[in-house]
Amino acid sequence: MTFFLHVETFTQWRQEARALLVRGVAPSEVHFSSGADQPSLFDAAAPEMPAKSNEVAPTVPSAFLEMAKHVACHRDANRWELLYRTLWRLTHGQRHLLEMSTDEDVFALNQMKKAVTRDVHKMKAFVRFRKVVASSDLQDTQTQPEALTNYIAWHRPDHRIVSLAAPFFARRFKAMNWTILTPDESVSWDQLELKYGPGVPVSEAPDADSLEDLWKTYYASIFNPARVKVAMMKREMPVRHWATLPETDLIPDLLQQASTRVSEMIAKNEGFAETAAHYMPTDGSLDSLRSAARHCRACDLHQCATQMVFGEGTPSARIVIVGEQPGDREDIEGRPFVGPAGQLLDEALQTLRIDRNEVYITNVVKHFKFTERGKQRLHKKPNSREIFACRPWLEAEIAAIRPDTILCLGATPASALFGRDFRVTQRRGEVIATDWCPRTIATWHPAAILRMPNPDRRAQKHQQFIADLALTLDQ
Amino acid sequence: MDVRDKLAILADAAKYDASCASSGAKSTRAGSQIGSTEGMGICHSYTPDGRCISLLKILLTNYCIYDCQYCVNRVSSDTPRARFTVEEVVSLTMEFYKRNYVEGLFLSSGIIQNSDYTMEQLIAVAKTLRTDQHYGGYIHLKTIPNASQSLIEEAGKWADRLSVNIELPTEGDLYKLAPEKKKPQIVSAMHGIREKIDETKHEQASGFKPPSFAPAGQSTQMIVGATETPDLEVLKTASELYTGQKLRRVYYSAYSPIPHADARLPGQSPPLIREHRLYQADWLMRFYGFSANEIVAEKDHNLSLEIDPKLAWALANRHFFPVDVNRASQEELLRIPGIGVRNVQRIVSLRRHRPLRTADLRKLRVAWNRAKVFVLTADHNPGVADLDKLNLGKQVAPKSRQLMLFDAASSALTGEV
Ligand code: SF4
Repeated sequence: MTFFLHVETFTQWRQEARALLVRGVAPSEVHFSSGADQPSLFDAAAPEMPAKSNEVAPTVPSAFLEMAKHVACHRDANRWELLYRTLWRLTHGQRHLLEMSTDEDVFALNQMKKAVTRDVHKMKAFVRFRKVVASSDLQDTQTQPEALTNYIAWHRPDHRIVSLAAPFFARRFKAMNWTILTPDESVSWDQLELKYGPGVPVSEAPDADSLEDLWKTYYASIFNPARVKVAMMKREMPVRHWATLPETDLIPDLLQQASTRVSEMIAKNEGFAETAAHYMPTDGSLDSLRSAARHCRACDLHQCATQMVFGEGTPSARIVIVGEQPGDREDIEGRPFVGPAGQLLDEALQTLRIDRNEVYITNVVKHFKFTERGKQRLHKKPNSREIFACRPWLEAEIAAIRPDTILCLGATPASALFGRDFRVTQRRGEVIATDWCPRTIATWHPAAILRMPNPDRRAQKHQQFIADLALTLDQ
Repeated sequence: MDVRDKLAILADAAKYDASCASSGAKSTRAGSQIGSTEGMGICHSYTPDGRCISLLKILLTNYCIYDCQYCVNRVSSDTPRARFTVEEVVSLTMEFYKRNYVEGLFLSSGIIQNSDYTMEQLIAVAKTLRTDQHYGGYIHLKTIPNASQSLIEEAGKWADRLSVNIELPTEGDLYKLAPEKKKPQIVSAMHGIREKIDETKHEQASGFKPPSFAPAGQSTQMIVGATETPDLEVLKTASELYTGQKLRRVYYSAYSPIPHADARLPGQSPPLIREHRLYQADWLMRFYGFSANEIVAEKDHNLSLEIDPKLAWALANRHFFPVDVNRASQEELLRIPGIGVRNVQRIVSLRRHRPLRTADLRKLRVAWNRAKVFVLTADHNPGVADLDKLNLGKQVAPKSRQLMLFDAASSALTGEV
C-alpha cells in the first residue's frame, strides 16, 4: 500500500512525517510530491492511514531537525522521501546514523544541506539594495525621509531559501523598509515583521541607485593590479550572480589595464639616489664629507641656493649643536649660524663661557630654502622629503665626531633625532639617550626667540634657552 | 576635491593592507538600528585579484609624517594626497552598508600632526557611527602605534577589532625600512590592547557587565618579501604574537610593488605562492599543534614552494607514519597530509561505530593521493617499503602547477591544509 502526500514546506512535511511515524508507515510505502509535481491520480483513492498507535512520536536529535530545515529548501524532488527514510532509520535502531557521514543517505543529505547553506550565504552576500524614494504629493515637512524610503533588491538564488535568509536581513537592517524579490518568492520588512509574497520577475525591480557610481569607484580603487587571480574571483563570486552586482561591469576593463598599471608602478620607482647616502665618500672624515657634500644633488634645494653650508667646528668637539637649515646670510657666507640667530647663539655661548671653536655647529639641511618676495629671500621650512634626503650628512658628521652631547635647536633637528612624534614644547631641556648620542637635548631655535613679539615671553624663552645650553656642560 | 576623488585616492592607499576580514564579533551591540555582527564574516564582492571585499577599507588620510620605505603613503613619496572628514566617512559607511555592499568599516590612517591626534580622529569616526547613527555593524580600527593607552581604550569601546601592524618580521627589517617604527613600541601597543581585552573578559566572567572592548580581538599584518628575512623568522614572530599577545590573526602580505617605491625594495613581487605557504604554515601552528621550527625544515629556513608544509613535514618525518586511522589519537591524525581538521573530527566519530576502510576516506573527500602512503585503514597498508622510497615527494605532490596556484588563491582566507 502506498501513500501519496503533497507537501510544500518544512512545517508541512514535519507534521506529515510525524503522523506517518506514529502510525508505523515504512518509508517504502510513502511518496511525497511538491511544487509543480501534479498531485498523483492515486490521491483520490488514498488509502486510509493505519490507526494511530498509542505511542507518541519518538524524539529525534536536534541536529536532524536543523538539517531537515535546510534540506527542505533544496530543489531536489527526492528530498522529502530521503528525509523521511533517514527519520525512519534514526528511530528504528540507528540512533547515531547522522554520525555515519559516509552512509549513502547521510552523505546525500549533507550535500544538499551544504548546497543550501552556501546559497543562503551567497544571498546574504550578493543582495544589493537599491534605494527607492516614494514620490509624495503631500509636501509634509514632518515626514521623515526614511519613512518614504524603501530599499529593494532582486536576487536569483539556486534554491528556495528566502525564508531561511530573511531573518538575517531583518536583524541587520532593522530600521529600514526593505524588500527582496526573487523569481519564486518575495519578502518585505516594514521594521516590524516579515511578510512573504509571490515571486516577481526581474523586470519589476528598480534598475539603478545613484550611489552605485561611488561604489564602483571604490571597487576599482581597492583592486591591486599586481595580483590578478580571475579563477579565484569567479569561484567565489559565481558569474550567474553578476547581473545584479553593479561593480562587475568594471571587471573586463580592470583586467585589461592591470599589466600596464603594474609596469607603471615599477617604473615610478624613485630610487635610493634620492638621498644624500648616494653621495657619501668612503672616507668618513669631516673634511672629506664637507667636500663630497658640495656635489650633493639628492634634493632640489641645491639648484637655487648659493652654496652648500656644511657644519663647522673642531672634529674633537664634545658638543654638537644642530639647527634647521642655513638662512640668507649663511647662504651667502657659506658658514652656519652667522646671521641674527647666530649672534644670539654666540652671546649665549659667551654667557656660559663656552668657546665657539670648541663646539661643532651644523644644520639638518645643508642648502638654503627660500621664496623670493621682491628683493628679499624669505626662509621657507624644508619639507620632510628634503629633510629625509639630507639626513645622511648629519648622521655622518655625528659619527665622525662622536660627541658627548647633542643640542637640537628647534623642531626640525629634534624630530630628525628623536622621531617625528617628539614635541619640543613638552620635552625641551630633557636629557635623553638616542641612537646617536647618550645625551641628546632639545631646546628652542634662536630664531624663534627673536620672533617672539611679547617681551616677557621672549625673556622667558631666552632664559630657558640658556639653561638648556648649560646642560651641555655637565657631563 | 569631491568625495568621489577622495574615495579613489584613499581606497587605493588602503589596498595594500591584507587584514580585511570581518569575522569574530559574536553578537550585535545592544541598541543597534542598522547593522549587525554575527560571527562569520561575509564577502560581499571579490576583486579581480580574488580578494574578498567585506569592508569599506579606506584611510582617513594618506598624508603621513612617517617615512616607512615599503609604504606608498610615506612622507617622501609623491603620491597624490587627500583627507576625508569624519562626517564623510560616517556617511559613506552608512550608505554603503544600507545597500548591503559591505558589512563594516576598516579605517586606517596616515599619521598627521602626531599619533594621539590621528588616533582621536579615528575614534571620532567610530564613535559617531555608534552613537549618532546607532550603527551595529563591524568596525575595525587600525591603532596608531604611539597613541596613548587611554585613547586605545576608548577606541576599543567603539570598535569590534583593533590592530597594530607589526609591519616587518624582525627588528632589523624595521630598522632598515621603517626607521621611525620600533618593534618594542609596536609590541607594547599590542600588549596594551591584550591587557584590556583580558580585563574585560575577566570582569564578564565574574558577572559584571563591563563596556565592550574590541570583542573581535586584535590582529596584525606582516609584509613578506620586502627584505631577505626567511619564512622561519616570519613564523617565529607570528607564533610569539599568537601566544604572547593572543592575536586572533596574523595576515601575511606578499610585498607588492608600490608606486614611488624606494630602490632598496624589490621591483618584483615575491611569488604569491609564498604567501599561500605562510598561511598554510600559520594554520598548522594554530589548529594542528605544529611549532614553527617543525614546519620549516629546509636549509635556507624557507618553506618549500613546491609542496605544502604539512606534506613537507611528513616527508621529513617518515618514521612517524603510517598512522592508523582506526587507532591514532586526534593529534596524530591531524598530522596526516591530505586530511583536514573537519575530516579528523568525522573520522573520530565514525570509528566509534565501525572500523574505517579506504572507501570511507575517499567518501570523506580526503586528498587520497597525498594521504594514501601515510595511512593505515582496515583494508589498506601502504607498507613501510613505500614510505622509504626516495621519490616519494614527487609521487604525492600535486601534479600540476596550475592547480597549485589556483589553490593558492583561496588561502588568504583560510590557509587550511
Ligand atoms: S639640501 Fe642636503 S640633500 Fe639637498 S642637495 Fe643640499 S646637501 Fe643634498
